[in-house]
Amino acid sequence: MGEFKVHRVRFFEYMPTAIRAMSFNAHTERLALARVDGSVEVFNFADRYFQEKVIPGKDAHSIEALCWVGGRLFSAGLHGEITEYDLENLRPKYSLEAYGGPIWTIISNPQGTHVIGCEDGTVKLFEVLAEGVQFERNLDRQKGRIISLSWHPSGTRIAAGMMDMIRVFDVLTGHAIQRLLVDRSVGGCKSRETVVWTVVFLSDHTIFSSDSAGKVQVWDGHTGTLVKTHQLTKWDVLALSVSKDESSVVAGTSEGTVVQFQFIAPNLQQQEKEWVRTRTFKNHTHDVRALVEIGTAIVSGGMDTQLVVRPLLEKFEEKCFASGLRRIHFPHRNLVSCAQKARLLLLQFPGQLELWRLGESDGHGKPGDILPLKTKPEKLLYLKRKGKDHICCSALSSCGGWLAYSTVSSVRLYRLQTDNNISITKVPKLPKVLRSAHQLCFSSESSYLFAASSQSSVLFGCSCLGENDCEVHVYNLQKLELHCMVPMYSSCPSAMGIHPTTNNLTMVHADQQIFEFSIAEKQYTVWSRKLQMQGLHNLWLNRDTPVTHVTFNPKNPDQILLHDMYMFCIIDQSLPLPDQKTQFYNQMTLRSLSEQERPSHLHAFKVCKSFQDLMCMRLLDDQSLVVVERPLMAINSQLPAPVRQKKFAT
Amino acid sequence: MVEHTGIRVVHRGGSKINFREPVITSDSRFLLCGSGESVKVYSTSTEECVHDLQGHTDLVTGVVLNPSNHLQAYSCSADGTVRLWDFTDGILIKTFIIRYHIFSIHVSEKHVGVLFVVVPMANEKGSELFQLVAVHLPRSGDPEVEVGELSAVLCDVSPNPGAVSFGTGGEYIAAAKGLQLEVFFFKKQKSYRFSLKSGMNKGINNSFTCISCHPKEDCIATGHADGKIRLWRNFNQKKEYTYSTLHWHHNAVNTLRFTPEGTNLLSGGIESVLVQWRYTQENQKDFLPRLGAAITHIAVSPDGSLFCTSHADNKITIILSSVKVSAIIQGLVKDDCVRTDLMIDPRSKALVLNGKPGHLQFYSLHRDKQLYNLDIVQQEYIHEQGVDQFQVVKAAFDTHGDWLATVEERRQKSSELEINLKLWSYDEQTQSFVLNTTVTAPHEDQITAMCFSPSPETTLLVTTSLDGHFKAWLLADHSDTEESASWSCDFVGGYHLLKPGCCCFSADGSLLAFGFQEVVTVWSPTSWELLTTLSQPPGAVRDLCFGRLSCSKYLLGTSTKNQLCCWNLLTCSLEWNTPMDVSLLQADPFSENMAAFCSQSGSTDLFVFKPSEPRPLFSKKALCTGKVERAIFAPRDQMLESSEEYSQWLNRSQLYFLTQHMDLMTFSTKTEEDRLLASSKQLMVDDSVAITPFYLLLGRHKQQQQEKQELLTNPLAERTPLPQGSIAIKELLDTPAHVLPSASFLCSMFVRSLLVSSSSRSKLEDNVCTP
Repeated sequence: MGEFKVHRVRFFEYMPTAIRAMSFNAHTERLALARVDGSVEVFNFADRYFQEKVIPGKDAHSIEALCWVGGRLFSAGLHGEITEYDLENLRPKYSLEAYGGPIWTIISNPQGTHVIGCEDGTVKLFEVLAEGVQFERNLDRQKGRIISLSWHPSGTRIAAGMMDMIRVFDVLTGHAIQRLLVDRSVGGCKSRETVVWTVVFLSDHTIFSSDSAGKVQVWDGHTGTLVKTHQLTKWDVLALSVSKDESSVVAGTSEGTVVQFQFIAPNLQQQEKEWVRTRTFKNHTHDVRALVEIGTAIVSGGMDTQLVVRPLLEKFEEKCFASGLRRIHFPHRNLVSCAQKARLLLLQFPGQLELWRLGESDGHGKPGDILPLKTKPEKLLYLKRKGKDHICCSALSSCGGWLAYSTVSSVRLYRLQTDNNISITKVPKLPKVLRSAHQLCFSSESSYLFAASSQSSVLFGCSCLGENDCEVHVYNLQKLELHCMVPMYSSCPSAMGIHPTTNNLTMVHADQQIFEFSIAEKQYTVWSRKLQMQGLHNLWLNRDTPVTHVTFNPKNPDQILLHDMYMFCIIDQSLPLPDQKTQFYNQMTLRSLSEQERPSHLHAFKVCKSFQDLMCMRLLDDQSLVVVERPLMAINSQLPAPVRQKKFAT
Repeated sequence: MVEHTGIRVVHRGGSKINFREPVITSDSRFLLCGSGESVKVYSTSTEECVHDLQGHTDLVTGVVLNPSNHLQAYSCSADGTVRLWDFTDGILIKTFIIRYHIFSIHVSEKHVGVLFVVVPMANEKGSELFQLVAVHLPRSGDPEVEVGELSAVLCDVSPNPGAVSFGTGGEYIAAAKGLQLEVFFFKKQKSYRFSLKSGMNKGINNSFTCISCHPKEDCIATGHADGKIRLWRNFNQKKEYTYSTLHWHHNAVNTLRFTPEGTNLLSGGIESVLVQWRYTQENQKDFLPRLGAAITHIAVSPDGSLFCTSHADNKITIILSSVKVSAIIQGLVKDDCVRTDLMIDPRSKALVLNGKPGHLQFYSLHRDKQLYNLDIVQQEYIHEQGVDQFQVVKAAFDTHGDWLATVEERRQKSSELEINLKLWSYDEQTQSFVLNTTVTAPHEDQITAMCFSPSPETTLLVTTSLDGHFKAWLLADHSDTEESASWSCDFVGGYHLLKPGCCCFSADGSLLAFGFQEVVTVWSPTSWELLTTLSQPPGAVRDLCFGRLSCSKYLLGTSTKNQLCCWNLLTCSLEWNTPMDVSLLQADPFSENMAAFCSQSGSTDLFVFKPSEPRPLFSKKALCTGKVERAIFAPRDQMLESSEEYSQWLNRSQLYFLTQHMDLMTFSTKTEEDRLLASSKQLMVDDSVAITPFYLLLGRHKQQQQEKQELLTNPLAERTPLPQGSIAIKELLDTPAHVLPSASFLCSMFVRSLLVSSSSRSKLEDNVCTP
C-alpha cells in the first residue's frame, strides 16, 4: 500500500450540536432534522441516508419543531416566527411573526393547514398558500402554554398537550371539547407541573400522551377517559411517534431508550386489539428529543447528537443495507481544508475558523512508530465570523495565501501571510453577485477562487463541475463554458475529484459506486467500465458512511485516495480488481506473507482502518498524509451529564 | 463368594425433592413431588409427608395432575412408564408402559386422554436430542397397559420440563431450546420458530432457560440465561411477532410461572428471591427475598392461593399468594460434596452431615425429614462465586451425644489456613447443642481425624493433623470457679515426625490406635504411653478400626496400597491380610460386623465380614459406579428377625452410603419389604383420612379401644346386626368417592339395606318381647 508519514491531527475540536426536532416526508423519503444551533439538515433516506442539504443556523434562532407540507419545509421556534426554507438555495425563504410569543410546536394536516402552539395559550391556524403562509384564525385561548399538538387524521379535531392537561379542540367551532387531566409525578415533587411533551391523536380517537413525569398514557378521545398508564421512566418522555398504519407507537425517554407500543390482539383468534408495551431499544446515552417511525425503521436523535436509524427487522425479508443499524455522527461534507504546499489546516466551526500549522518531524522509524516532533502544531489564527449567520463553507488555497468563507448572507475573502508575522487582510469589493456560496474552492495554483452560488455546485481544478440533484456538469475554465455533462446516475455523488495529469474525473456516490469519467473523451474510462462490469466487492458496498473526499497521488498517477469516517483507501488502478471471493481487507494477511507471495494476493483496493472517526484525510506535497480524527469518545465526553440512572451493582 | 439376591440396594430417604417441579392439588391441601423413585404427597399446611407413592423402578421425572380428574395425578419416570395415582388414598390406579426413557410430562385440559412426554429422539440412552410426543392413552380396564400410539409433536426440544408450556386453553404448545422458541398450533398443525441473535460475541448468553404461557391471553414469557424475561406476543406470524423485555435478575432466570388468572408472573433464579411481576404493569413488582437458596422451580396451585418454590438446597417453600412463606419442606441437603463423615446423633438417631454452607444438618432417616440445622460457622453466608468461606469439614459425637466436636476451615489463597475447633454441649432445656469452647488454630495444618473416647469415665477428644501431631483435649472441670467446664489441650504427641492420618479408639476406650503414614501405633489414653507399633506391608494407613464385642482383640487397617490387614492385639501380630483396595472401612457399632467398600475398575464392591471369620457374611459386586467414601451403620428402631444367614447383619442396623452422585442408598431385605408392603396395605384398607403420625398415635389407640369394646359387647353384637355392619353401607363408606357410582343409583340400594325384611323383623320383635 505504500508507506507514508502521517500527521495524526486530533486538535479539531468539532462538536456537533444536539438534535432538537425531526420530520419525515414519506412521499419524498426525506428526513428533515433540526439541531439546537438552528441548523437544518435534510437526509435522503432513499439514497443511503445521505446528507443532501445543510442549511446553516443563525444565532438566537432555535428551532422547536419542523414540518413538511408537500415538498416544502417549515419550522417554528421560540423566537416566535414561522420560517419556510428555500431547499434549492439552502437558506430560509422568509419568516413570519406569529404574535403569540414563543412557538412550541408546529404541525400541518394533509389539507395544508398549519397549526402552531404558542406560549400564550393560543392555538393558531395558518393556511399554506403557494407563496407563503397566512394567518387564518385562533382556537379558544387557554390558560398556560401549548406544548404539543396533534391533528386527528380526519382534520376535525386537534389534541393539545399543555401543562398538567391535554385539551381536545373541535376545529370547526374552535372550542375545547375535552379536558384530560394528567397526573403529576408520583415520587417527585407534587408542586412541579407535569409537562405534556407530546400528544398523538389516532384515527380511532385514541390519544397517546407523553409527559415529564415519565408516563405514556393512552386516552379514549371520545369520552376523555384514561385507558392505560405506562410508567416508562422516572424522568421525561420527550418524544412520541406513530407509524403510518397506526399499529405502533414509539416513545423516546430521557434515559436514551426508545420504547415501542404495539396494537396487538391479546388473543390471537379474536379481533379486539389493545396497546401493549413491547420492545425497548437503547441506542442513545442521553435524552431522545426527536423520534420518527418511518415504517421500516425508527429514527431517533437527541442530546448525544447522533442520528440513529434502528431498523424494524420484521419488516425486512432479507438482509440488505436498510436492515442494518446506522448511526450518523459526522456531516457528509468537509469541514477541513488543507494547504498542501504551506502545510496549513483550516478548521471550520459554525461560529469561527481556525488556522493551524502542522507540526514537523525529521525522525525516521519503522512503520507504526510514533516519531518525535521537531515543532509542535501551532494555532495561527482564530477568525470569528461576522454577523448572526453561521458559516456554511470555507476554503484555503494550497499555497496558504488566501482564505475564504461564506455564510448565507455574505462571502468573505482574506489575504493571509503566515511566514514570520501572521497577518490577515480582508479583500474588499467582492462582486455584488456573490452574495452567498455553497461551495468555495481555490484553483491549484491559487490564482482563481471558484464559488458555487445559487445553483448548488462544486468547482474544481482546471475544469469546473457543478452538481444539481445528482447531475454533474463539466465546465471548461479557459473558455468559461459548459464542456459536457456526465451521464445521470441515480445516487448523489458524495465526493469527486479531477486527476491533475490524466484529467479524469473520479466520482464516488452515496451508494458507494465509483465512476471514472474521461473529460477529454467525454466518456467513462476503460477502468471504470471494467469496475462496473465486475462489480464492487460486497464489503465495500455495505460500508456505513459515504466517501467524503477524493484526491490523487501526484507522484503515482495510478493511485486514487479516498476516505470515509471509518477507513481510508488507496485505489491502485494498475492492480487487478477484487472479485467477491477475494479477501477484501487483506492488509494484515499481506503483511504476514513473504515478498515473493505478495504480488499474487494484491488487489486494487488497499484499505486502512487504523484511523477511526476520520474527518479529513489529505496528501501533502511532501508525500506525507494528514489525518484529522475526531474520536467519538471525545465528543461524548464533552456532552452534558446524562440523567442519573440506577445501574446494577452501583 | 456368593451373590445374595434377597438384599436390594434402594433409595430410602434423603432423595431429591427439588428435581422436578412440584404440583399443588386443586384444593391446595396437598403437594406432590417426585422424590427419587417415588412420588411424595405432602400436606401443605403441616409439611408432613402424607403418602409415599411407590411403584416406579427408576427416577421419577415428572408429576402432573390429571386434568380430567383433580383427585388423580400422573407421574412419569425414567423406567419408561407413566402411572396414574389416586394421591389422596395413595393407590396406584393404572400403569402405562411407554418403553422410552421419559424426561418430562405435560398435560392440557383440552387434550383429553392425551399425554405429552419428552423422550429421546432415537431410543438410545446416550442420545442428546429429545422430542415431544403425544401419547394417546388406551381405554382399557387393565391396571397395566401397553401404549402403542406415539405421535411426534415437536422435534428437538429441551429435556428440561420448564422449557415446554401449553398456551391458552391448550391451543398451542411452546418450547424453547438454545436460542430458538418454537410455537406449535394444534388446530392449524403449524409451528412457528423464532430465534434470537446470539449475544455471545458481546459476552451475553441470551439463550432460553424457561418458558410459561399466559393462561388467558396469547402471551409467552420466556426466561433467559442473562437474567432477562421476554414477553412474546403476536407469535402466529413469521415476521410480525414482537416481544418486550423485563430485567431484574442478574443471573439466569431458572423458572417462570404465570398465576392461574394471569395477573402475575412469578420468576426466580440464583438470587433466591421470588419476583412477582404484575402483568401489563411490569414496573410494579413484589419481591420475596432471603429464601435461602437458588430457586429452581415455581409451582402455583390451580386456584392461585398458594405458590411453591423448589430450591437448590433440596427444599420446597410454600408461599401464600400474599407473598408470605407459610411452610418449608426440607429434604436432605446435599452439596456437590460432603466434607464431614456421615454420623449418627446418638440421641435423636438422626443422620448428621454437612447441610447448608456452614451448618450441620440433623436428618431423621426414619421419617425422611430434616430435624434441624445447627449453625456451626455462625457467619453470614455470601452468595457469590469465588468467595472463600468457612466450611465445616469434620464433626464427631461422643457416645451419649452430650458433646459434639466440629472443625471448620477456610483456606484463603492456599497459604493461610484458618481452622477452628468448636465443642458443643447438649443442652437438655433447649434440646439443642450450645457452643462451649472454641479453639482457634488447634493445629498448624489440616485436621485429618477426630474422635471421642468411648470410655464412660473421661470425656476425651483426640485430633490428628497433618502437622505431625495428635492432640488430646480434655474437659477441664473448673468446679472451684464459677465458670462452667471448658475444653483444653491435655497432651500433644507424635511419632517420628510422621503425619498421622487416622485414629481410632477401642470399644472400651482403653486403647487408642493412630495410623502414622505406614506405621500403626497403639497408645494407652490414660497414661499416653506408646504401647506398641504394628508392622504392616507398605502403603500409608487409610482407615483403622477396632473390632467389637467378641472380636475386640482385633484391629483392622486398610492401606493405600490395596491391603486390608487384621492384627491380633493380644499377640501383636498380623492375623491375616488380603489384597483389596478398600476405600472405606466401617464398623457396625451394634455387632462385630465390618463393612468394607472396595473400589474396583470404576465401581464399588461391598464386603461385610467378621474379623474373626475368614468368610464374608455378605458380598455385593458392583454396588454402584464410582467410589464410596461415606457410609454409616444406622440403628434400626425395630429389630428385624431375619433368620437367613446372609441378611442377619442387617437385623440390628442398617447400612447407608453415599454414592459418587450424592445419592443416599441403603440395603433392604425381603422381610423388610414384606413388612413395608403389609403396613401400606393396612393403611390403605384403614380409611381415606390422611395418615399423619398424629393419626397413627390416636387412631391406633382408638382401634384398640374399639377392639376391646367389641370384645365386651360381643354377645350383644352377635345378636343385633347393626346397620354399620351391613355390606351396602360398608361399600358406600369404604370406597373412595371418585370411584363410586352415581348417588341416585346408590340411593335405592342404601335405602333397601336400611329396611328390615319381614323375616328379620319378626325376630327383632321377638327379641324385644322376650326380655
